[in-house]
Amino acid sequence: MQSAAAAAAYGTAPYATSQTPLPDAAAAGARGEHIQQVTLSVNGRPYVLAIEPRVTLLDALREYLGLTGTKKGCDRGQCGACTVLVNGRRVNSCLTLALAHADDEVVTVEGLASFGKAAGKPHPVQAAFVEQDAFQCGYCTPGQICSAVGLLAEARAQGFQLTEDVIRERMSGNICRCGAYPNIVAAVKKVGDAG
Amino acid sequence: MNSFTYVRASNLDAAVREGARANTYYLGAGTNLLDLMKGGVEQPMRLVDVTRLPLAAIEELSDGGLRIGATVSNADAASHPLVTARYPLLSQALLAGASPQLRNMATTGGNLLQRTRCSYFYDTAFSACNKRKPGSGCAALEGHNRMHAILGASDKCIAVHPSDMAVALAALDATVRVRGPKGERAIPMSDFHRLPGDAPQRDTTLQHGELITAVDLPSAQFTKAHYLKVRDRASYAFALVSVAAALQMEGERIKAARIALGGVAHKPWRATRSEEMLAGSGLQEDSLRKAAAAAVEGAKGYRDNSFKIELAQRAIVRAVRTAGGAA
Repeated sequence: MQSAAAAAAYGTAPYATSQTPLPDAAAAGARGEHIQQVTLSVNGRPYVLAIEPRVTLLDALREYLGLTGTKKGCDRGQCGACTVLVNGRRVNSCLTLALAHADDEVVTVEGLASFGKAAGKPHPVQAAFVEQDAFQCGYCTPGQICSAVGLLAEARAQGFQLTEDVIRERMSGNICRCGAYPNIVAAVKKVGDAG
Repeated sequence: MNSFTYVRASNLDAAVREGARANTYYLGAGTNLLDLMKGGVEQPMRLVDVTRLPLAAIEELSDGGLRIGATVSNADAASHPLVTARYPLLSQALLAGASPQLRNMATTGGNLLQRTRCSYFYDTAFSACNKRKPGSGCAALEGHNRMHAILGASDKCIAVHPSDMAVALAALDATVRVRGPKGERAIPMSDFHRLPGDAPQRDTTLQHGELITAVDLPSAQFTKAHYLKVRDRASYAFALVSVAAALQMEGERIKAARIALGGVAHKPWRATRSEEMLAGSGLQEDSLRKAAAAAVEGAKGYRDNSFKIELAQRAIVRAVRTAGGAA
């Protein structure tokens, strides 16, 4: 269990063994009093959840929906491993509350393959990452791929060219500990050049 | 993260009513607030989500200015045709900040209200931080203070404001429109953020319960502009020093200038004395250098950040030359 909020959702009391006095709201949270119901649309499918407000979109995806393709790296908005698409735009799912996305369309790396024309086939960005060997350990890859899909949409909408410099700048929110950057840039460029 | 209640405001009146309650914060995208809550720095009991309020428009004003709604994302503001055409300084500053994912999320109002990235403020393992716990002291004064202020600081706090957008807005004489329990008011950017003084826990002049509804820009007259951000990485890092330079040119000479600095103070630092000296000046390095020196008059360095005093001057010279087309 990767966070107190996620633990709470499974019915355990994260503060039960705490030695310090509980603030009122935290105590109420431990008793489940703040739980709200929300319907999240993820990869085209609705999910009804009863969660505490403090559950992030990232924890909702991983710990409640079992969609563990989206990765938790820093959990502080610095590494980009948790990048998903909300209404087609790339965001850090660790820095947003699940409850805030009741009316949104969320797409995770699991939803890319069947997203768009090539249903059932890998998304062109996924295929390019395989072809260009754009990863080593793979932990940052789902975030890199979702971020690249978002970038390609931004380039189309705003009409800017995806040069290597632009790709490096606009992918700077995704850190790769293995240093696969040259191949990541090549993969994104290949899809961008293909239009 | 502490537990809290979450409500989504359905309209402005309801939002302000909810927001006026004790221990209640407005929630924009949450990119800074949730981060602070994860670290235990902020512990609100209630969040009022304002992202679905009708504040997401960018519209022209009758006086030729532009109104940017409080919930317009940083990405949308940066790429809006009226912003890129008339206020390139703002577009450049926005694109210099954060990452694309964060810019897709972060709102105009939230950007103004983001808190310092001083590591002693962020890390609750350090007991001394007057901004986090008034009266506890300032660990940065004798600690690692490479990122900290050289202008307008006090012996209570030497933190800097982290926003790039706010530096451009200060240079452009923007106005922040707010709505609160006592009604609406408009706050000039120069009065919006505070210097730390004896109350560094207060970043702005907002009263509890006041909600930012929009930022207004005056009609565009300073379209020769450059936002220069000097940082430790090529991208996705906070500024050591940044310069928002906007000029009106008359041939080769500067007719009027607007200069604001980021990364040097508790608020965007408007260099009005430099602006006066630049009016009528050419773009030669020696005259720019004199104007730049005026910007750091009274600057004070600490153990790790004295280099910023020289860096700020060089950055001003380069930003003005680039804005004027000489570099």
